[in-house]
Amino acid sequence: MLGLNKKDTTILIVVAVLTMAAPFILNPFPTNSSLAQFNAGYPDLMQRFVIYGIFAIGFNILFGLTGYLSFGHAAFLGIGSYSAVWMFKLLSFNVIPAIALSIVVAGLFSVVIGYISLRRSGIYFSILTLAFAQMSFNLAYSVLSNPKFNLTNGETGLQVYGSDPQYLKGSGPDVTHIFGLEMRATETLKLGGWSFDFNVGYYLCALILLVSFYISVRIFRSPFGMMLRAVKSNQQRMNYTGLNSRPYTLAAFVISGMYAGLAGGLLAAMDPLAGAERMQWTASGEVVLMTILGGAGTLIGPVLGAGFIKYFENIFSKINDNVLHTWFAALPDGMEDFLITIVHPFVGKGWHLTLGLMFMAVVIFLPGGLVQGGQKIGRLFRRRGANAPGPEGEAARKQPAE
Amino acid sequence: MTKSKLTRRGLIRTGAVTAGGLAMPTIFTSQVWGQTDTGFTNAPTGDTVTLGFNVPQSGPYADEGADELRAFELAVEHLNGEGDGGMLSTFSSKTLEGNGILGKKVAYVSGDTQTKSDAARASAKSMIEKDGAIMISGGSSSGVAVAVQGLCQEAGIIFMSGLTHSNDTTGKDRKANGFRHFFNAYMSAAALAPVLSQLYGNDRKVYSLTADYTWGWTQQESIQAATEELGWETITDVRTPLAATDFSSYMTPVLNSGADVLILNHYGGNMVNSLTNAVQFGLRDKQVNGKNFEIVVPLYSELMAKGAGKNITGIVGSQNWDWKLENEKGDRYAGTNAFVQSFGTKYGFPPSQAAQTCYAQTLLYADAVNRAKSFNPCAVVEALEDFEFDGLGNGPTLYRAADHQCFKDVVVVRGKENPENEFDLVEIVEVTPAEQVTYDPEHPMFAGGDLGECNPGA
Repeated sequence: MLGLNKKDTTILIVVAVLTMAAPFILNPFPTNSSLAQFNAGYPDLMQRFVIYGIFAIGFNILFGLTGYLSFGHAAFLGIGSYSAVWMFKLLSFNVIPAIALSIVVAGLFSVVIGYISLRRSGIYFSILTLAFAQMSFNLAYSVLSNPKFNLTNGETGLQVYGSDPQYLKGSGPDVTHIFGLEMRATETLKLGGWSFDFNVGYYLCALILLVSFYISVRIFRSPFGMMLRAVKSNQQRMNYTGLNSRPYTLAAFVISGMYAGLAGGLLAAMDPLAGAERMQWTASGEVVLMTILGGAGTLIGPVLGAGFIKYFENIFSKINDNVLHTWFAALPDGMEDFLITIVHPFVGKGWHLTLGLMFMAVVIFLPGGLVQGGQKIGRLFRRRGANAPGPEGEAARKQPAE
Repeated sequence: MTKSKLTRRGLIRTGAVTAGGLAMPTIFTSQVWGQTDTGFTNAPTGDTVTLGFNVPQSGPYADEGADELRAFELAVEHLNGEGDGGMLSTFSSKTLEGNGILGKKVAYVSGDTQTKSDAARASAKSMIEKDGAIMISGGSSSGVAVAVQGLCQEAGIIFMSGLTHSNDTTGKDRKANGFRHFFNAYMSAAALAPVLSQLYGNDRKVYSLTADYTWGWTQQESIQAATEELGWETITDVRTPLAATDFSSYMTPVLNSGADVLILNHYGGNMVNSLTNAVQFGLRDKQVNGKNFEIVVPLYSELMAKGAGKNITGIVGSQNWDWKLENEKGDRYAGTNAFVQSFGTKYGFPPSQAAQTCYAQTLLYADAVNRAKSFNPCAVVEALEDFEFDGLGNGPTLYRAADHQCFKDVVVVRGKENPENEFDLVEIVEVTPAEQVTYDPEHPMFAGGDLGECNPGA
């Protein structure tokens, strides 16, 4: 279907089902149970899952295929957000022009940054992109936000004020919307003890994720994708054969920059505020972590990695001692305090620690990321049945992710 | 690229799928956050009410965030009738009886703002959407406070800001659902000016270093206006990057500028480093224009004083509150000792000004709900607007309706010569009365803002 082979079609369908049914899948526990702490099916987090999924898919086109490790992709995310908010300020709260502009502007920036950075490869390329991203961050944080020429509104973040012109607004809503349908509109379905949120903004993001995913699959399977893989395996040899690889790498860089811009635009569309922190090097590092954690060079890996990290950031960071006490309340006092002392450093503000340990475990035991973990489990079952390793396992062994 | 395999049938099929997908959200009727049957967002239904405490637990302000969270936990304890009750007994409004808020037990959720607007908004959103928080408080940076305040306004939640000192929070970014107890840059400057003139005279030349972001600018603007009124002259204002950790290169020009006062508009780690550099360059021992060279830090906290160590000695600055206030300045600041007592008993050290403002904000919110007899944000806003109270440690205080800013006395402090212990780093020079720091809501430094309508959400 849609020019894909059978296997890719299956993956696409799986992604489609997962995203469409996410409100159910992410809210497995009844609202009033003590496990409700682990529910992730509220609109904001679901939106973040798919938006960062798009970001990671785009990053994977560059890193997974060409092996060029960009440490500055957050710059494009931020640029996308700023463009989108400016569209809200100047035109109206309709998200379509905002998202369109964010892709275009991020694309333009990535042409310039890519053109310069791609003159070098390996660590030098990473450093160059990092330098550009930090430059953008500082520009946004202070240089471009002075009272005389305020493009980014500095630390406070760019937001929409009532006094902004909004030339096309007319009588449209005061919140972000797509042709009148508000992004934040949510329908809550209550079934017994469970409650499920269906949010307009989430479904818009999910649809865009599906389109982005589809495009990414097509790129992976195209001759262009093959060329990018060749760059990864041995660029020098490729150059000796007379091929100029730079247009290909630049194209990959620009495509992934546009994906980042799209993600940034969507972030602003869900919540019309663009802060400079979005461009900081930590944000650039985060997408690298997402991709590696999920499995670089695999199709679905980056989406899984993005979900994993965002889940930790938003759910684990909110488990405080108070919550721990309710969990272990049934135990005798000494036991309770002991357990809380043990668990305490890993939850709440210690979520970075837990994530770090997970990341180490994944890198050491599953160099191919979570996807490899999935494959291992899958193979375990298949071996029991057919006693022959599947083609994916073969492929995974041939192409270890880096 | 691959050869396109677009067929008529394929096109129709793809089109139908896309159209179906796009139409899908319209199947759901558009319903705004929350439940319609109650009239406002996250109306508490059971026998508990949830408050959201959003503080920095990582990043440059993590220390302040930790102290804020301690204060919140203490406030919740006192509201629920546990502990010794703290300021409940000294607070001028007597609706809080230790039985929660409106008879509902207070529960809370906490989150990490990471001192980033984005992360703070994500954390606040999850409190609103997932945990059903009815009020959000906290924040230890003006950027974060403004961002979260905007979010709460849209969502129909009350925001009781914690430590935020920029003029913008209740100036150009003021919101009907947001309230600030902490003082601001303008008030710092207005409180400092008379003390500075008294200590250093009216003929001074100022060189200032300013952190290059929103708070730094409003702080610089305020202090420049206030000191120029005294007759001081601002020679140069140099912007320093926020991420800077070494300020030595900024010090040599100060020595050659002919200025005799250095004003450091820095906060947190920035201030600790720049002050240390200034002292290392011997600025404090210099004589310029026949006068002693002086350094002024408009806003500093106990935590920063601790970081700067001996260098803070004799440096003048301002604070919202100090734990020694009642002991030194008398009954006017009642509540201070009660709070320090219960905080000290629980945690073993005196609270910071960030802790005090967060504790007070929580009590103020709870009391407003009790007086309004409703959790509806609009009723709470009405109860808080132009509310006059006392006994929360700052003396008589007014929550002004025009911009939702508290007006109260400002403490001017100086680094102590010989601190007796590690908590006693600053001495109170003077307390500037509220009248002297009050300004018009449409003062040029605050103009351009609009509270808008209170938003109950649903």
